[in-house]
Amino acid sequence: MNKWSRRAFIGAGTVAGGGFLLGVAGFTFAPSRHSLVSADAAAKGQLTTWITITPDNVVNILIPHCEMGQGTPTALAMMAAEELEADWSLVRAQEAPAQDEYANGYIIRAMGGGYVPAMLGRGVDYGAYKAMAWFGLMVTGGSTAVRGTGEWGMRVAGAAAKEMLVAAAAKQWNVPASECVAKGSRVAHAASGKSASYGELARAAATQSVPTSPTLKNPDSFTIRRTSTKRLDIPSKVDGSAMYAIDFTTPGMLYAALAIAPVQGGKLVSVDTTPADAMPGVKKVVKLDEAVAVVADSFWRARRALAALKPEFSDAGHGAVSTASIFAAFDQALGPAPALPKAAAKTLTADYRAPFLAHATMEPMVCTAKVDGDQADVWAGVQDPLNARSVAAKALDLNVDNVRLTNFMLGGGFGRRLPFTFDYVDLGVRVAQAMSPTPVKTIWTRENDIQHDYYRGAAMSRHAGALDANGTPLAAHSNYTGGGNSEAVFMPYQIAEMAAEEKKAAHPIREGQWRSVLNSQHGFFKESFIDEMAHAAGKDPFEFRRSLLGEQPRFKAALEKAAAMSGWGTPLPPGEGRGIAVCDSFGTICAEVVHVAVSPEGQLKVVHVYAAIDCGDVVHLDGATAQAEGGIIFALSAALLSEITIDQGRVVQTNFRDYPMIHIADAPKITTAFIRSEAPLGGMGEPPVPPLAPALCNAIFAATGVRVRELPIKKTPLKRA
Amino acid sequence: MPITLTVNGKAHMLDVEPEMPLLWALRETIGLTGTKFGCGVAACGACTVHLDGRPVRSCVLPLSAAGGKSVTTIEGLAQEGGLSTVQQAWIAHQVPQCGYCQSGMIMAVAALLAETPKPTDADIDAGLTNICRCGTFARVRAAIHEIANSTAEESAS
Repeated sequence: MNKWSRRAFIGAGTVAGGGFLLGVAGFTFAPSRHSLVSADAAAKGQLTTWITITPDNVVNILIPHCEMGQGTPTALAMMAAEELEADWSLVRAQEAPAQDEYANGYIIRAMGGGYVPAMLGRGVDYGAYKAMAWFGLMVTGGSTAVRGTGEWGMRVAGAAAKEMLVAAAAKQWNVPASECVAKGSRVAHAASGKSASYGELARAAATQSVPTSPTLKNPDSFTIRRTSTKRLDIPSKVDGSAMYAIDFTTPGMLYAALAIAPVQGGKLVSVDTTPADAMPGVKKVVKLDEAVAVVADSFWRARRALAALKPEFSDAGHGAVSTASIFAAFDQALGPAPALPKAAAKTLTADYRAPFLAHATMEPMVCTAKVDGDQADVWAGVQDPLNARSVAAKALDLNVDNVRLTNFMLGGGFGRRLPFTFDYVDLGVRVAQAMSPTPVKTIWTRENDIQHDYYRGAAMSRHAGALDANGTPLAAHSNYTGGGNSEAVFMPYQIAEMAAEEKKAAHPIREGQWRSVLNSQHGFFKESFIDEMAHAAGKDPFEFRRSLLGEQPRFKAALEKAAAMSGWGTPLPPGEGRGIAVCDSFGTICAEVVHVAVSPEGQLKVVHVYAAIDCGDVVHLDGATAQAEGGIIFALSAALLSEITIDQGRVVQTNFRDYPMIHIADAPKITTAFIRSEAPLGGMGEPPVPPLAPALCNAIFAATGVRVRELPIKKTPLKRA
Repeated sequence: MPITLTVNGKAHMLDVEPEMPLLWALRETIGLTGTKFGCGVAACGACTVHLDGRPVRSCVLPLSAAGGKSVTTIEGLAQEGGLSTVQQAWIAHQVPQCGYCQSGMIMAVAALLAETPKPTDADIDAGLTNICRCGTFARVRAAIHEIANSTAEESAS
């Protein structure tokens, strides 16, 4: 088993010669990838790779993750500040630069390296597993930031910095370090009455040796964690000053609008550039392998000129692909329903379908680049600056060290801006290359974004279940297409026979990671089917699940909590119903109850969603609550309305008009509760998503008797006979 | 012929095509990037600004329609001495997540409250059609009600 030392994450506080001090012995994963302490560390009060304290007593914490609305930088800063015993009002956070030394892949990798085996107690956690595969990256995704970087990086860095400050004070006052107390960004020695701020001590502290195994606080004494501090990024988001990639400008910059081959894999065959060439502001029509770009002195002019062109693209041989052909292939691949035990008194089968989905981040894809000789600068919003930088370098055939990438706040991520999905960086730098050395900002229209996403995969699942004469389940089997893994298909229930088998049915539609990844489809499949089994058994869906969770106390507790919050079992008026579902993903168990009202005409109103969440322990209470609220709304929009369809190999939908989102009028009340358990920290960005769709469809069944087996729900008429 | 308009109290003379949407004139010509591009078809509301005090979706509003008029953007919402009540409530309720839609959301809410100082839930549902992919709706609603209630208290006292 790999084992890493805490020191590895801390970095040295002292300086060895000029330049940067890189590398600390004892780290087995990537000995040159962690500590980055500048040559003038002591002068700047830089205590560790992550923490600098300036003379004005301000603590600056570098965060190797991006801010895409999930509040991770705040939560991570809280984790470091807690151990540091910092005064929260004096803490600042900023995103670490896109340099190899800040790669967080090693932290995620360490999570899977045996040091935290409990996290991987049931096989390989999917998020961590995927992230591990991206070793060497600087990923924000897979709900890994708090439980990886925070738990194994920020806490240790904060604790080490505190011990260094205490040691510096003790030395200065010539008293034992054990008699000094650090609190509120000050070190004090009661007996002598001496006291100094961290800012006053930082310079001396930075020359202290780094403790290899600093003592971490007992959670009972947390004063910053578990609270709801104000998020650090929010003030800039209410006055228009927050900088997103689309807001970046640099002198002389031009703008580009793109037309990309409508069938993925298609190539630009021909384009007559004449109509655009003469239009106002147009600088150049750039032909790329798979796209054509108009570069102009304003984006609107670029877009207008692009609209005058009629580029022809090839279809890569996929011109006959459609949603119907893909699902027909799924249906065929699934084959007959899985076999069931012969002793069964009652059996049931059901097929479920989930569509392709786009991420539709509010900020479209944007990349600004300046290519000059063998150097390039890139400005983009990405969930992984290091991988994005390497994509840019590869596209330009430049040494990666000659490419600088500046990241911004992200106008939504949800998985769209992850490694291996940086087509917008790839295209953006190639457009800029054609205009070298003039910088060019390439802005995707919403149409580009909807039609050229890396989609949440469509999937289909065929289930078969068996019950005995008492309604006790004997078997729950499924075949599925569209991908899966042990976490996504896992059912916590005590059922004698359970199996889920993947069937392959390839198609050319490109796919990526969408908030909660494969759990978004499988949560719907498995928690819908267990509900159908409950009804087939003539039992209450909550009680049925609970009776099967004897060996899963965390699942059971979350389920019971959600049920209790919702008033499960209390009578509702006709046309109203409650549905329940419980899923685990990314180390967190989330149970949700959805309360719906359906009018006789079939008009659906989602009244209230209750979520009970066990993510081990909550770091930032209000931030975690916001993630639950946001995940539920994100999942609700998808469940109710969202569907990407394919016709002649192309995505049919174009914009929010035909790929609609819910509005505030459709948003239910949301009540969340957190259950503290002994489990390791789980993720919060994604786990609230998977239970929503099944709980909602289960509620619709309770209200109407209509079983929705295909998403989005709008495809199924809910009008009662 | 140049188009003149007032943006956040300052006069501007813009020599661009009259059919250019106000959004791009604000962002690229004037350099006020707080107003966001989300869809280009007036479907999401990220580009909402006030035109003579009324909310408009600037991504489809030709610049010519703003000629001679007064535009307020998110950058101009803060009054002398600090943030507007809506902005303050947005911080108090920790509304934004990614924040990209929030300039437009805040401008839409400010306009809603100017028209209907004490909106009911139905007023909010009817008056606010901005898209937020992060799902901040519950906090948006709570913040609006808090503003409405505190305004009511002030006028009652």
